[in-house]
Parts: sequence; C-alpha cells; structure tokens
Amino acid sequence: MGIESHLGIITTSLDKVVNWARKNSLWPMTFGLACCALEMMVAASARHDIARFGAEVFRGSPRQSDLLIVPGTLTKKMAPYVIKLYNQMPEPKWVIAYGACACSGGLFNTYNVVQGVDKIIPVDVYVAGCPPKPEALLRAIVMLREKIVKESLKDRV
Amino acid sequence: MERLELINILKNCEFKIDAYEGIDCVTVLVPKESLFSFLKLLKEDERLKFNMIADITAVDYPEQKPRFELVYHIFSIANNIRIRVKSRVEEGDSVESVTSLWKGAEWLEREVFDMFGINFKNHPDLRRILMTEDFKYYPLRKDFPLQGIEES
Repeated sequence: MGIESHLGIITTSLDKVVNWARKNSLWPMTFGLACCALEMMVAASARHDIARFGAEVFRGSPRQSDLLIVPGTLTKKMAPYVIKLYNQMPEPKWVIAYGACACSGGLFNTYNVVQGVDKIIPVDVYVAGCPPKPEALLRAIVMLREKIVKESLKDRV
Repeated sequence: MERLELINILKNCEFKIDAYEGIDCVTVLVPKESLFSFLKLLKEDERLKFNMIADITAVDYPEQKPRFELVYHIFSIANNIRIRVKSRVEEGDSVESVTSLWKGAEWLEREVFDMFGINFKNHPDLRRILMTEDFKYYPLRKDFPLQGIEES
C-alpha cells in the first residue's frame, strides 16, 4: 500500500481493501443450539469485548449476517433448518463450528445427532472444547480474520 | 393418606390387580384389559382423587412376553400421594388412551408411541413427537442400534 500524501490518494489492491472491510465487520447471527450458546453469549459480554474484532453486532436475521456460529448439538430434526438459515445468509459468509458436538457430534454418537456440522454445510473454523471458553471463540474469530485476509475476489464472488 | 391405607382401598376394588409397596411409592400391576377402567377409578373415586398425570413411559423386555411394560405415574394433589401403575403390552397391541381422563397425557402418549411403537386408541392426535415424521423405527426398543440405521 502506498500513500501519496501530497495528492491525498492511497493506492492499494481491491482484494486488500475489500478483505480489510470484511474482516473488520464480521457480523454473527444470533443463533444457539445448546449449552455452547451460553458461552457464546458470554463472549458477547463486556468482559470479553468482542467488538475489538468488529463482531459484536449479533444480528437477528440471517439476511444481515456474515458469520454463522453453530454452538451446540445439531440434531437431525434441526439440520434442515440450519441448512435453510445458511442458505438465507448473503455471500460472503463464514461458519464456525463451536464445540465438540458441532465439530464431530461430540459424545452423542447416536441415531438422532448429526455427526458434525460439516456433514451439511461447509465449515471454516473448528473450535474444540465441551464447551469451549469464550476466549476460544475470540481465537476462532482471529483465525477466521487471518483466513479472510488470504481470500481473493477471484475465488469468491 | 398413608401408603397402607391406599393399598387397602385398592385391594378391595373390583379389579384383579396386584398392589404392593414399591421402592418409592405404591405400585400396582394391572392386566391390559382392565387398565383404562382402573385408571378411571383412580381419578374419579372420591377417596383417591388421582387428578394429576405425572408421567407415562414404557420399558422394553425383548426376551419376555408380553414384550412391553407400560408405566403410569399419577399424583393425587388432594391426598399428597403418588401411585405407579404398570401393565404388560404385547407388540402391536392397542391401549385405550387416557387423554379423556387427563389432558396432559396427550404428549406423553405421543412420546411412548414415538419411542416404542405402542398404539393408543381414541388418541386425538397420535403422531411422532420427537423424531421426524418420516422416521421408520422406534428408537427406545432394545433391538434398535444406538447409532441408528443408515438410510439406503
């Protein structure tokens, strides 16, 4: 990035400036499935200051969200609705599988639980733990930001 | 009301039942044929007044015949006493629904139907309650594998 201060112009690539904007306004969706959701709520509290990453605006609608955090056990009965919510989110969108159940089914290796969110929608970051601490969610958001910086408009329209 | 008093009342009723003091409350074994009329008596008898259904569930004993044991837990608010009513049911049998006695039994019976496949006659809305509508199995039966059956 070059700053031509005497002209008042910044030269940069489109990828860089778009990714900069995207990574600093990751709006998550207000969505919770099980006990992990409570840790996610704590992450949104004042103590953890999730606003540092521009992710403090928990939206009430998938149409306004960039980030789907799947916190908790995904049952087979819930799965069609998660797919629907994911499809309702506008591109670009990212997914965090938050907790053991969302990553792999966790301890529920049973007939009624989806064995990992990645069986039904693409996942960007996996967070281990049962439940993971709120700090782990912040770490996941930092990792997601690092991933977003490497993206190119050519790959994702 | 004391447990022994309850047992005495039940032993003098018209039905062929086996009433004894269970580990935590009075337990009664009732044949399937007289189950509904016995439960009706529990609710409507002036001395008993069992007016709250607490739970309906079932147990699967695949090696026994009849296969299922239907279990009702009922509470009498007036007498502050609980009772457990058990009845043996064979696979494919239909049991009279108790929704006409206790409205709260509706979802409990739906759950038993969903998990064990026991049918209830005259139930207002006997559908699966926990599993999806297209699910073909009864998951709490002992012969159902824990990890489910792969749909082909």
